[in-house]
Amino acid sequence: MAYEKPLPQPNADTRPFWDGCKEHQLRFQKCRDCGHVRWPPSIICPRCYSSEVEWMVASGEGKVYTFVVYHYAYHKAFENDLPYITAIVELEEGPHILTNIVGCSSDEVRCDMPVKVAWEDVTEEFSLPKFKPAQND
Amino acid sequence: MQKRRKLGRGVAVVGAGMSKFGMFKDKDSKDLFAEAFTEMLSSVDKGADPNDIDALYLGNFTNDFFMHQGHWGPIISDLIGLAPKPATRTEGACASSALAFREGVFAIASGFYDVVLVGGVEEMSKRTTEEVTEGLALATVPYEGKVGFTFPGVFGALATAYFERYGATREHLMNVTIKSHNNARLNSKAQFNLSIRDLMNSRIERAKKKGEPVPTWADEKDFLRDLRANPVIAWPMHLYDCCPISDGAACILLVAEEIAKNFTDNPLYVAGIGQGSGRGLHAAEDITYFEATRYAAQEAYGMSGLKPEDIQFSEVHDCFSMAEIVHLEDLGFFKPGEGYKAVEEGLTRLDGPKPINTSGGLKCKGHPVGATGASQLYEVWKQLRVEAGERQVPIKDLRVGAAHNLGGTGGTCTFTILERR
Ligand SMILES: [Zn+2]
Repeated sequence: MAYEKPLPQPNADTRPFWDGCKEHQLRFQKCRDCGHVRWPPSIICPRCYSSEVEWMVASGEGKVYTFVVYHYAYHKAFENDLPYITAIVELEEGPHILTNIVGCSSDEVRCDMPVKVAWEDVTEEFSLPKFKPAQND
Repeated sequence: MQKRRKLGRGVAVVGAGMSKFGMFKDKDSKDLFAEAFTEMLSSVDKGADPNDIDALYLGNFTNDFFMHQGHWGPIISDLIGLAPKPATRTEGACASSALAFREGVFAIASGFYDVVLVGGVEEMSKRTTEEVTEGLALATVPYEGKVGFTFPGVFGALATAYFERYGATREHLMNVTIKSHNNARLNSKAQFNLSIRDLMNSRIERAKKKGEPVPTWADEKDFLRDLRANPVIAWPMHLYDCCPISDGAACILLVAEEIAKNFTDNPLYVAGIGQGSGRGLHAAEDITYFEATRYAAQEAYGMSGLKPEDIQFSEVHDCFSMAEIVHLEDLGFFKPGEGYKAVEEGLTRLDGPKPINTSGGLKCKGHPVGATGASQLYEVWKQLRVEAGERQVPIKDLRVGAAHNLGGTGGTCTFTILERR
């Protein structure tokens, strides 16, 4: 079945991130001049304006900072997933990432719950980083 | 510490008008603005000649998307006979017309203009809920849409984080909803001008008429706990935690302080204005407050020399019940983590010591996004001039009122303090 949810639209800044996802790696930018880790990707560092950047790979582990459980689909393609969990996950490395929690029911998800990345290969081109409870292995 | 700012010269509010808010199949943006403008003209005690208006600043968020028509400044200036005088559109998502107000204030304070019309308009109801949600999602940052995150979700996520930190629950959000409906019941321009109790009674009547089982809710909270009456949208946000889709317009006449008495013996003065900008959800380490609101508040308090306790009543941007609680804290009315308790104790009721959203707020008055900021200031105008009728705050020596407007997921926040002298 064709994937009908919105897909990422990579540009020059975000392409390396999505390329990383395809290889099941969560990549983040780190400023080569001041060391600031930033997310989402951008051309300059918001702290020192340097455009020198290196990509680092996150461990994929973190914890739920906050979440919400959708019982109403704003986009038809999400209807079959209801209720689905949307969350902000705080990665071990610091950045907060907007994502979905999978692999547990909406009654089980909690703030501060340890989670790890669970890759969803949605099309030939894209894999999306979702997160599942860390103990569910 | 922010730099303390002041206006180059004083600015006064001498007139205000707003259309009825609601979903109108037979009214477009021009009809709505005309309704607001006509009321504004008749609100100027000594009369205003439209020919004296030097310029228009108009807030509109996304009629481009909703109506496939952009460039609303000249459309509205033509409507009200201002052309060829300058018209400028301001955009700050749901705070678009608070920005128009601010630009109008600066234009007069600089000495360039003496009389400026500011306002806002938005026409949303001719689109489906899905289209409106997509349109409003233009105000979130690019990453927020792809995981199925929309406005109810953003404020739901804020609520989850707030509950976790401070121990508040959904029951506390219900206090906000019940209060908003009680106030809107007294506002004939509100989209939902009925209380939760009125709603319950009408459902009971309907069930009786149809011979269906008659609901037996013990009280308003019991009604709000009933998932059939109040379904979950994005837990913990339920239907009655969310503001509606609305059409509407509002406008305000600003003049230089030294000529204010030519228009009215009872003008209001701009005591403080503040604006801040914020980052996307992913960039905020803590989403239980809005950095941009705190910044805007500090700027407005600094300029006015007033403190949170001097603000006698305020409109705040309650796009969701949870938002109102957070704003009460960010504006300094209550300490962080204390906002939900204040609402529970009734401190923010119409007859409480700090009335909040006497108009019914976005939740019940309606939220035509680009018109909301101006309509909040319309409410402050009505209250400070003791013209709010049934919903007039029963405060003696009414002198200072304020309005807080928020755009997007906190990307643009404003705080405006008006006073009588
Ligand atoms: Zn840097």
